[in-house]
Amino acid sequence: MKISCEEASHICTKSQYDEASFWEVLKLRLHVLYCKTCAKYSKKNSKLTSLCDKAGLTSLSDDDKECMKRDLEKRL
Amino acid sequence: MAEHKLHPENWIDLYADYLFNYAVARVSDSEIAKDLVQETFFAGLNSAKNFKGDAAERTWLIAILKRKVIDHYRKINSKKGKAEVRISYNTDSDTDGDWLEEQVADPFSRDGDNVLENEELGLALQECIEKLPKKQAQVFKMKTIQGMSTEDVCNELGINPSNLWVMIHRARTALMGCLNENWF
Repeated sequence: MKISCEEASHICTKSQYDEASFWEVLKLRLHVLYCKTCAKYSKKNSKLTSLCDKAGLTSLSDDDKECMKRDLEKRL
Repeated sequence: MAEHKLHPENWIDLYADYLFNYAVARVSDSEIAKDLVQETFFAGLNSAKNFKGDAAERTWLIAILKRKVIDHYRKINSKKGKAEVRISYNTDSDTDGDWLEEQVADPFSRDGDNVLENEELGLALQECIEKLPKKQAQVFKMKTIQGMSTEDVCNELGINPSNLWVMIHRARTALMGCLNENWF
């Protein structure tokens, strides 16, 4: 059941996208109980997720960018 | 200070998303925002000879975009001016309260602050993402901003899931460090 900090932080990142398995999450929870460093890291990682949601970032699609590139290159 | 030079061939990869977010926040219409960004690049190209090199490329492009946004509002306002204007103190009658007193702005509301703060946050995030290695930034954006599934990202970029998670992990750790000072 014991995992290394490195493994813990990777599971933590996966869990930010809800893609960690049940066992992985369980192992992470256990690890976080006794590892202060990872607890802090987990907290920050979740905060980053909520910041990303809050920022409501959008991006242009790759197609749009390709179009723009072509138009811009014509004028270069 | 280092001399700044323009590299128009990299503009779209580097700044398109940053400018686009800036524009969307101001015109709240992605089609219009896209056009404004496009116009900004063209205008930048046309006046490249006026670039003195004392600002960073992005700052300079944002300055152009700002003017484009203002022009956009001027244009739609001049159309509005020709229409009939009616003034009534209560335009949408289904809001609560018919009395003027009930409609004054709530002095304790902090909605406006939130909007501003989120926009600032968005730009700060965008800046940090730009500092990431190109591949990491790409994977992070696909996963976090476009919300693509792991499988799709892997197929598109030809990488395996463990590669993907390592990149995402590095990107997130770097972003935490980058945003650290102001946002955590």
